[in-house]
Amino acid sequence: MAEARKYPAPQGNPETAPFWEAAKQGKFLIKRCTACGEPHYFPRAICPFCFSDKTVWEESSGEGEIYTFSLMRKSPTGPYAIGWVTLKEGPSLQTNFVDCELEKLKIGQKVKVVFKPTDGSPLPFFTPV
Amino acid sequence: MTIKGKAYIAGIYEHPTRHAPDKSTAQLHAEVAKGAIEDAGLTKADIDGYFCAGDAPGGLWPMVDYLGLRVRHMDSTETGGCSYLIHLGHAAEAIAAGKCSIALITLAGKPRTGVMPPRAQGAEADFETAYGATTHNAYGMCAMRHMHDYGTTSEQLAWIKVAASHHAQYNPHAMLKDVVTVEDVLNSPMISDPLRRLDCCVVSDGGGALIVTTPEIARSLKKPLVRLIGHGEAMKGPRGGKDLDLTYSAGIWSGPRAFEEAGVTPKDIKYASIYDSFTITVLMQLEDLGFCKKGEGGKFVSDGNLISGVGKLPFNTDGGGLCSNHPVNRGGITKIIEAVRQLRGEAHPKVQVPNCDLAIAHGTGGLLGVRHAASTCILERA
Repeated sequence: MAEARKYPAPQGNPETAPFWEAAKQGKFLIKRCTACGEPHYFPRAICPFCFSDKTVWEESSGEGEIYTFSLMRKSPTGPYAIGWVTLKEGPSLQTNFVDCELEKLKIGQKVKVVFKPTDGSPLPFFTPV
Repeated sequence: MTIKGKAYIAGIYEHPTRHAPDKSTAQLHAEVAKGAIEDAGLTKADIDGYFCAGDAPGGLWPMVDYLGLRVRHMDSTETGGCSYLIHLGHAAEAIAAGKCSIALITLAGKPRTGVMPPRAQGAEADFETAYGATTHNAYGMCAMRHMHDYGTTSEQLAWIKVAASHHAQYNPHAMLKDVVTVEDVLNSPMISDPLRRLDCCVVSDGGGALIVTTPEIARSLKKPLVRLIGHGEAMKGPRGGKDLDLTYSAGIWSGPRAFEEAGVTPKDIKYASIYDSFTITVLMQLEDLGFCKKGEGGKFVSDGNLISGVGKLPFNTDGGGLCSNHPVNRGGITKIIEAVRQLRGEAHPKVQVPNCDLAIAHGTGGLLGVRHAASTCILERA
């Protein structure tokens, strides 16, 4: 029997602290650059596109669709599905798909964010809508 | 300014071991260094440049000291499995600029004997580590999307393994010498969808080394002359999550740079060493390098097209990472070594490409489905 999966607590840093604070309230944040208008993920102080420092936090809808995934059939904690989700707001991010039948995942499937506990801030995961 | 023709590969050595519990990692580096120096007909005292990557215990300072080198140029560029392809390009730059005249590049390690230390993490750690990206599932994600976008099939991927196995049967050092069929690949257990066990490379101990030098010194030595005529390097990541596309790699940038510098096209290439951590790695690289159109890699690799003496593009005639070895989970240096063997006419007679005068060695490093580097080297028989 595989051991239950225990997720590492985010270490955090001054640049990303607001993200993890919001996660504790169940809010999923992305960053948007007010100079070029582009959203990005994971959050940076300086926009990775135009290099402006005018980036602001924005609450994401937490909704998106599966860009791709792969079901790891074996691991010390059992099977898990890693993938990339493209958020409604635009940015794509790496995640695991949880609380679902992993064999039925499909590219293009609609998903939404769910937080899972760690010893620190909760971590964002995605589950089919 | 170009490195075209300014550096020659005068020495190569691939460690015959595939399992080395009785040796240290530093020792393996020394053994491959000795092998390459002797292959070139030089001595250790001739080495004035040294290149190593993350597999070298402690990095440059302890390695240069351990090997007893006295060098005037050093480079520890670390880009995973393609580090050594980048080292070759950088060695050529250093030689062209007069910063060194005889460079040594080494790779060695023992992932089959023991677990490798975790790779260093960057700013993404908190946002990615928990999700358990491994080589298998990262490349699985690429294959999944490639199949979705282009209709690539598991059968087509299997042909890449079949071709590698046809070559490996003639390599006495190969870990997997049995010729396999498409059905064998499809019947092997699923590891991380859609990649099966036989879509994956082997895990092996071992290593390899190269000696890179000036045209003048190379001509004074006894080995057939092989020179670097084009090099490219590039990096690709999710870039803030914008326009994610995992169906292509940084090879779309490193490849054209190398071909342009060399003044040749994919059609001219007689032999291809293509990094084969997984079957999908090869398929995507062949597309990205321009051997076929994007999305047509599946058709291109089918029906033995990569088998020497059978198909149009003989690849990885040593059996590659899929069958022969993948020292330190890094395939970059063995890609260069087999390309040099082909250009020297030293490949196994059963897989030697007739009149092989132009070859490519290409690799990626990191995780194709997350972030990675790529490097392309075009090599010519002089």
